[in-house]
Amino acid sequence: MNNESKLDTVKGSAITKQKSTKVSESVSFMNKKKWKDAGLFTLFVGPVLLAFTLIVLIPFFTGIYYAFTDWNGITGTVKWVGLDNFKYLFSEDKQFQQSFMLTTKYTVVSIILTNVIGFGLAILVAQRLKTRNLLRTVFFMPNLIGGLILGFIWQFIFVKGFASIGELTGIPLFELAWLGDANTAFWGIVIVSLWQGAGYIMIIYIAALQNVPQELIEAARIDGANRFQILRHITMPLVAPAVTICLFLTTASSFKVFDANLSLTNGGPFKSTEMLALNIYTEAFVNNRYGIGEAKALIFFIVVAAITVLQVTISKKREVES
Amino acid sequence: MGNRYTWRTSIVEILAILLGLVFLVPFYYVFSNSLKSFAEILTNTSSLPKVLMFDNYVNAFEKLDFLIVFKNSLIITIASNIVLVIFCSMAAYMLVRTKKKISNIIFMTFVAAMIIPFQSLMIPLIKTAGNLGILNSIWGLVFMYLGFGSGMTIFLYHGFIKGIPLELEEAAIIDGCSRFGVFWRIVFPLLKPITVTIVILNSLWIWNDFLLPSLVLQDPELRTIPLATFFFFGQYTKQWDLALAALVIGIIPLLIFFFTMQKHIIQGITSGSIK
Repeated sequence: MNNESKLDTVKGSAITKQKSTKVSESVSFMNKKKWKDAGLFTLFVGPVLLAFTLIVLIPFFTGIYYAFTDWNGITGTVKWVGLDNFKYLFSEDKQFQQSFMLTTKYTVVSIILTNVIGFGLAILVAQRLKTRNLLRTVFFMPNLIGGLILGFIWQFIFVKGFASIGELTGIPLFELAWLGDANTAFWGIVIVSLWQGAGYIMIIYIAALQNVPQELIEAARIDGANRFQILRHITMPLVAPAVTICLFLTTASSFKVFDANLSLTNGGPFKSTEMLALNIYTEAFVNNRYGIGEAKALIFFIVVAAITVLQVTISKKREVES
Repeated sequence: MGNRYTWRTSIVEILAILLGLVFLVPFYYVFSNSLKSFAEILTNTSSLPKVLMFDNYVNAFEKLDFLIVFKNSLIITIASNIVLVIFCSMAAYMLVRTKKKISNIIFMTFVAAMIIPFQSLMIPLIKTAGNLGILNSIWGLVFMYLGFGSGMTIFLYHGFIKGIPLELEEAAIIDGCSRFGVFWRIVFPLLKPITVTIVILNSLWIWNDFLLPSLVLQDPELRTIPLATFFFFGQYTKQWDLALAALVIGIIPLLIFFFTMQKHIIQGITSGSIK
């Protein structure tokens, strides 16, 4: 195959150089080259495009269709019901509305806390500490553990670990039944996501902090700026692009939280911590109401897409300013 | 931020170390309790184990069928990485080098699809996969990871390839190299830094993924580590001695991966997210 195409290229260059040779021959060669290019394009792009179409595009569009049907996932007959699923979700499905509100609340809380703590950790280990490499590793390590195992680990910490610390120290905070109460269970999920997410965000902020020119900071110090002023007026504006990226990453991951939710509380007590992703999963695979599940998934997609587009727009604006 | 190590820095250092210890507390609880007997876990949760009980590990190892699930996780992760790297680097290369409208449309479709959350796809995906006959198969799952990972992977390769000068390739073509040869002999070796990043990001994702394998792999023989852990917990709820040992066994491969690749992982996350 290699030799053949080598020959082709040699032939090709010979023909294009001698443009005066027979026109018909050169036209047929051009056609041949065009076909060869199309063939190469298909060979290079085709395989992944096929997988992408079958696994992402087709399910995405059929999913939109199912959102307007009463499909139960089992019977072959699917009836078009128009907007009935959406009407049901907004008027009757209290669990969906509650999950939606809870996910929004969780996303806002966890975005703010993860970024503040992640940035704080980055500032902390950006200093000339003797243990800074070790500390970076320590803060990052929870990130390796996948959401599911993470939830089980923390189930033990909340149930047994916290109770034991409470017994030893007598601090009432540790003596609460963390996962048994709707409010503390919510904060439990927040704590787990902080323990895991802050280190990841920290890495990105560290990279951004390293790109801040030292000369600028030196100059400001000579001009008499204190640490806080340097942070506020020099460091912060220069790491603004990283803030946008981190906000985007934390928004996307918080909105989609599933594994940790499932393994930590499984939505309990009494479905009070059932987030949107878990709610969709239950609707489809436990209740077998695929049509309604798809309607929820479509709303979910629209919300995530809207937030993403908003984020990109804001980040573009900021890029122009700086 | 000066160069000298002052008393102020040492106070910051002590505070930072204390904070680091707080971060490690969950690891301490899981590791130390995994070596205790069930009764001791209940009575002395916070203290170090009195006697080291390795029996927990032996039992959990057997009950998890650890060798089988580890092998499954390994095959799925490695195979998915290979197909993602091969097909996405090829596609990204052709999309960058073919200056036609179609390239742009295809690339934008891949990028746009990155914002679709998995939950919006999973229900019809299972139906499509059923029709294709790729449910309950490791290779079917690998094919799905190729589809789901393609957006991000092509996006990263695309950005990197744009920075590679065309002259190198032209020189190779004049020397008689085919387009296929140009890609594999000249371009692909130049992609090494971004390939390392991509492999790390995809490995962490695929190794830890729970939802997709749980929907695709029904046969217990095919379970991955997260799946086996999940079913283990369902079966041995609150049997903490076994459960904690199982968790530790599940974490260890990742810790080994991390400590051998530490530098690349940190770099990978940095370059992967800033692009």
